[in-house]
Parts: sequence; C-alpha cells; structure tokens
Amino acid sequence: MSQFNEKIARQWSRMGPRAMFGNFMLELAEKHENLMVMSANLGRSSGLDRFKAKYPKKYLDVGISEQNLIGVASGLAKEGFKVFVTSFAPFLSMRASEQIRMNLGYMKLPVNLVALGSGVSMGFLGNSHFGLEDVAVMRTIPGLNISCPADCCEMSKILNDYSLNNRGPSYIRLTGTPGNPIVYKKNYNYKFGEIIRLKKGKDLLILSTGSMVAQSQIACNELTLNKINAELINVHTIKPLDKKVTKLLSKFKNIVTVEEHSIIGGLHSVIAEKIAANSISTNLLPISLPDKFGPTGNYNYLLNYHGLVGDKISKKIIKFLKKK
Amino acid sequence: MVSENKIKSIIDLSNKMRKVILEVSYKCGQPAHIGGALSIIEILATLYEDILEIDLKNPKDRFILSKGHGFLGLLSILFCKKYISKNEILKFQSDGSELIAHPIVNPKFGIESSNGSLGQGLSFGIGLALSYKKKKKDGKVFVLVGDGECYEGAIWEAAISATESNLNNLCLIVDSNGFQNDGAINEKMMFDHLKDKWTGFGWNMLSCDGHNIGELLEVFSKLSNNKPTVIVAKTIKGKGVSFMENNNDWHHGRLTEKLFQQAINELN
Repeated sequence: MSQFNEKIARQWSRMGPRAMFGNFMLELAEKHENLMVMSANLGRSSGLDRFKAKYPKKYLDVGISEQNLIGVASGLAKEGFKVFVTSFAPFLSMRASEQIRMNLGYMKLPVNLVALGSGVSMGFLGNSHFGLEDVAVMRTIPGLNISCPADCCEMSKILNDYSLNNRGPSYIRLTGTPGNPIVYKKNYNYKFGEIIRLKKGKDLLILSTGSMVAQSQIACNELTLNKINAELINVHTIKPLDKKVTKLLSKFKNIVTVEEHSIIGGLHSVIAEKIAANSISTNLLPISLPDKFGPTGNYNYLLNYHGLVGDKISKKIIKFLKKK
Repeated sequence: MVSENKIKSIIDLSNKMRKVILEVSYKCGQPAHIGGALSIIEILATLYEDILEIDLKNPKDRFILSKGHGFLGLLSILFCKKYISKNEILKFQSDGSELIAHPIVNPKFGIESSNGSLGQGLSFGIGLALSYKKKKKDGKVFVLVGDGECYEGAIWEAAISATESNLNNLCLIVDSNGFQNDGAINEKMMFDHLKDKWTGFGWNMLSCDGHNIGELLEVFSKLSNNKPTVIVAKTIKGKGVSFMENNNDWHHGRLTEKLFQQAINELN
C-alpha cells in the first residue's frame, strides 16, 4: 500500500470491485500459506480466474451449493485455514443464512464472506441477484462483523485486515461497478470498526457506506455551493458500530444516512436504533433503496432512478433542511 | 474374525449407555429426545470403543453428530469415556446448562460442533476431511445423520461435494430408524431406498444392522480407499426399551418414575 497513489486508484476503479477482489486475493495468497478461497461456481464472476490458475490448491469450487459452501468453509476454518468465501450477496446472505447463523454465528468460526455485486450493481441480472436486504439479514447474527468498503482501496485494506487479525467471522459487502468514483486517492489510516471523517461540517451530518460514500462526497460539494456545510462520515464497519457514533449523533440537529441497501435493516436502521436508544433529539433523513423490488437496467440508470447519485442526494438534503 | 470378547464389551457398553440416557432424561424431569438416541447406541459404542482415536486435546479422528437431537446418545458415550463427569451430565436440560437437547460445541467434553438445525453436519465434516487432506493429516471424519434428516436438500449438496473431492477419509452413517418428528417416514426414504440414493450419488455404500456389533465392526473395516463411504444402518427407534421401540411418542418424551423403573428393569 505504500506505493498507492491516484494513478493506481484510477486503475483499480477501472477494473472494478470484482476483478480487484480477485487481485487482492492473489496478494493474500502470497502472504498466507493457509489461505483458502472458495466459491459456489462463481469464480469467474468473482475475478478469480487467475487465482485459480496460480493457486489451484488454495481454491475450491464446491459447485452451485451455497449451503454446502458455508459448511465446508466452516470445517476448513475450524482446522485453522483462513477462508474467504465468495458468492453474490443474496445467495450468501439469504440462501445460506442459517448455515451462517449456525457455523459463523453460533460456533464463531472465523470464515470471511465476500458478497459480490451487492446493492443494485448486478443491473440487468435483476432483483434475483441484487443485494437489497443482505445487511439487514446478516446484522442480526451475533458476532458477525459487517464491512462495506467505499472503494477498491478500502476493500484492499479490509481484506488485508481480516486476513491478518483474528476478528472472527465477517461479511464483506462489495458494492459498485467498474469505473465507480474513487474516495481514496492516497494511502490513509484504516482501522477496523472506526468511522472515518471525510469532511468536517456543522450544518448536518451525513453517514454513508459502501458505494454511497463517493456519491455523498459529490453531494457535499453541491451542498457547499448552496452554502450548506455538511460533515461526512464513512461508516465502513457497520457492525460492530463505532462507539463514537452515538456522541456524534447528539451533536447534529439534522442527520442523513446514505446507502445502497433497503430502507429496512441497513445503515438507516442502525442509526435510527442508536438515536432511539439514546433519546437523541434530531431529524433523520434516510436515503436508500425502497422496500420494494424495483426496475432493472444499467447500474447508473438504477442509481439515478433511486436517487442515489450525488446531485439527487444533495437535492433531497436541501429539501429536507428546508422542511425543518 | 472379530473376537467374541470385543463384541461382548461393546454390548455391555451399549447397555450402560442406555441406562445413562434413561437416568439423565428421567432426572432432568423434562421431555427429552430419547427414541432417536437409543437407535444410535451401538453405532456410537462401536465407534468410540473400537474405531475412533480421540485424544481430547488433539483428536486424530473426529465425530460430528449432525442429527443433533441424538445428543443424549453422544452424551452417554462421552460420559462412559469419562470426558464428562457425573456431576456435569446431571445438569442436562437444567437452566443455563450447556448440555441441552442439541450439542453445543465444547472441546473440553469432546463435542466437536453445535447442531440442532438438521442437514448441516455433513458439509462441516467435508470441510474437516478436506483440511486433513491438505495438511496430510492422518485420521478420519465420521458424521452421523438421521434418515428423516436426508429430506434436507443440503445433505445432497454435500453428498455431491464429498465425491467430487474423493474424500476417502470421510465416513457418513445414516441412522435408518424409519421415523421422524411426526411419525413414520415415507416408504421412499426407507432403508432400501436410502441405500439406492447413496449408491446413486457415487458413494461407497455399505449397509448393516445398526444394532449388531459384529456387522458394525465389519462395515467399519470396509471403508473405501478412493471415495467417501456411507453406512446405511437399519435401526430401531427406541431400541432396548420395549414400550419405546417403534413408538414415536418417545421421539421427545418424558419419563415418569414408574416408566423409568420399568425401562431400567428391562435393561437389567
């Protein structure tokens, strides 16, 4: 990471999260003798072709059987392997959710789940492949960490961190597609579970995660043009939530959450629960996907449709502030 | 030729295990899964007495009870092997105890995994067996499932996976007692049909009378060298206690003092 710069950030963005996931796994395989990467026959879609060719013994495709995938991964983890399991978000978080509950939750086996193409990034593949509710489902499993990188640089840091430290089981949610805007153009200090303030502000607080961090940055620029000074926080670790968040929430009269996830159970719910539990008096605006199966189309069309792009986010925020 | 003495000692152990199950379930004062525990006694006794090499700190072989509701059976052998003390086992199904209706992973007692949700133990066992292969570690992984449990789709995902990985260090035992929670299982899932299913999935399929120690010892000596083995064992739910045999009320039932005494007298 010491070599990381804007040029590399652009290259990684062009390649996109799935291809870069495969590349990062290649790097981790060099570092860790006991690494295992597993797939339920979505290796190609996970950018793992090169990995498979270079490290056939560290790769296992169990066939299209996600429940089995989690069980086998758990047995390997029990014997000390560092296991990274990939599939599309709903196939992991929902098809195999009870296996995750039993093995990663109840038995605390430290398997890392990497959910590819979450949110609506699967575009024309449709709602069957979208990760609309994955955080909601995974968040209720005790002991399961949930991480949502804002861009490829942060994904690299998150994967590296899980591979090096005994964090327990994790769900790593990848959103976005090739060419997504970049959040981090130079190396920065990432710490598991600690929110990152990307912009200081006093008029409102924006808490954002995954692909929406970059869109929120764009929104912040527009707000600045409208003389609204927003504070922007990257919540890369949704669970466990940084304890600092509670204090932060009590400092702002207006709070906005931005996420590429259903309005039920994701970052919005996490923050709403904190606000309620701590009797914080504040206004909360959720910007998220709706509680319904929406249309399909190109990723950018879908983000626009749901108002999850910088200018639409800023317009919603301006309207919200005017009402208050 | 299997020695008569060995068979006799395993029969005696089985008898002792049955008494442990009855005592523990009677003393807990609550309904417990007795029937499906009694059907797997000879299988467990044979495994733990003659097949498995288990040192709690570093077990060579592993046993996974996928049919978690058979936990009283596992508990009885772990007690007889002195992995669990009398004091501990009598906490069964008491408030706050870790010894409940289904296994909770506990290396101290030799409990390898948490179960209770059916259909998950075989995939977990595959993971362990694969780990052994990768580490070039000797030892085998044994997984026990029920016949009713074979309705779970995840069992068949795992069935395919195990043969693709040529796991000759994996042995599955199917407790074919013919009953599940709500009563007798469908004829299509009975012993002969189950055998056909596992053969069709490419396993080394062996079958036996799951209460006949000689037959059990024999099938355990015939594990395949190049693929996973499944032993479909024909058993009787509630085996050993006349009023429990093939009576599904004892899938999950409560022993009164009178019934407990009657059952113990039969075993004596």
